Amino acid sequence: MKIFKVLGSGCAKCSKTAQAISAVAEEKNIAVSVEKVNDPQVIMAFGVMRTPAVVVDEKLVYSGSVPSRGDIEKWLADV
Amino acid sequence: MFQVFSDFATWIVFDLLGFVAQTKLGDALHFFVEDVSKIFVLLLVMIYVIALLRASMNVERVRDYLAVRHKSTGYVMASGFGAVTPFCSCSSIPVFLGFTSAGIPVGITMAFLITSPLINEVAVLLLLSLLGWKFTALYVLVGMTVGILGGVFLDAIKAERWLQSFAAEALQRGQSQIEASREGEAAVSLSLVERHQYAKDEALEIFGRVWKWVIVGVGLGAALHGFVPDGWIEAHLGDGQWWSVPAAVLVGIPLYSNATGVIPVMESLISNGLPVGTTLAFCMSTVAASFPEFILLKQVMQWQLLAVLFALLLAAFTLVGWVFNFATQYI
Repeated sequence: MKIFKVLGSGCAKCSKTAQAISAVAEEKNIAVSVEKVNDPQVIMAFGVMRTPAVVVDEKLVYSGSVPSRGDIEKWLADV
Repeated sequence: MFQVFSDFATWIVFDLLGFVAQTKLGDALHFFVEDVSKIFVLLLVMIYVIALLRASMNVERVRDYLAVRHKSTGYVMASGFGAVTPFCSCSSIPVFLGFTSAGIPVGITMAFLITSPLINEVAVLLLLSLLGWKFTALYVLVGMTVGILGGVFLDAIKAERWLQSFAAEALQRGQSQIEASREGEAAVSLSLVERHQYAKDEALEIFGRVWKWVIVGVGLGAALHGFVPDGWIEAHLGDGQWWSVPAAVLVGIPLYSNATGVIPVMESLISNGLPVGTTLAFCMSTVAASFPEFILLKQVMQWQLLAVLFALLLAAFTLVGWVFNFATQYI
């Protein structure tokens, strides 16, 4: 199972990002865990300055805005 | 070129809705419709155009740039970047930590963070269209000066000793690594299509965030315009009485708005005879000193630093108000 983390300090776009990932995964019947992280230390450790940012299996893949559907599908497809 | 909005408001308010011109309600409504429609159109067009131009500019590049800068020029650069770089206030913590862990001194980071909400391209263009270029130039100059001097002051008092410990450690780590070559990401070059997509997203995103502030701001402005008796502000506050400036700053603290919402209020206050300095003090305090922001900053700063920062902003805005009220007598 892929583990998604959405990094952000609780702004509206962060919740949107988390929802979008869950929704696409559910639609495609892929089991994922989506967790929102707002601990500044963790965000710093990933070197992220523009939130929301997306981490897949501890690897930073995206930062700065709500990701597009295409991005999310790509992350879900990558094994 | 803005006459079309006035005509549009006349058509809606007087012709369509049947309000009578020259009445308080009619005038206030006319003002409201004219300003809201004008600002909405300006916002969408301007954000799009500006986003198109600066699509490849981002905080990562600003950080890499500032990390290798000499300290004395760093404050000015940081404040300048704060004015032109887009970032949402919910990103201020990640930006603060990103700068800090790159070894950038606290004062330079704060010069960026103080200037950023005060000056942005949308605010500048709105100011230009509503209050003219002289006032706009003044506003930009003052906003940057507050950021620069604030940053210099924070470094002078060694503000970094009041960071939360993990942030202080990150700063030290960053500074010891600063000699090591920083492998900057290759500058992204964007195609026109990508730029258009970015600009469109940006315009819709920012518009979605600020339109309600515009309504509130213009609504307040319209209320002032129509219902505060003509000359009341002028008679009571028009001489720029010294106490009116700190009072304006204090009133501005609990009010929280972004620059886009507060500019229509500025326009209305000034045209009602409130002195420029008092207006500036009020508006800067509304935009830059807010409790939600300070609660966020508590995550990375100890309360001593927060208190210093708060006092610093209040003192700066009061001084700005006094200086401008004093200076405008001689212009």
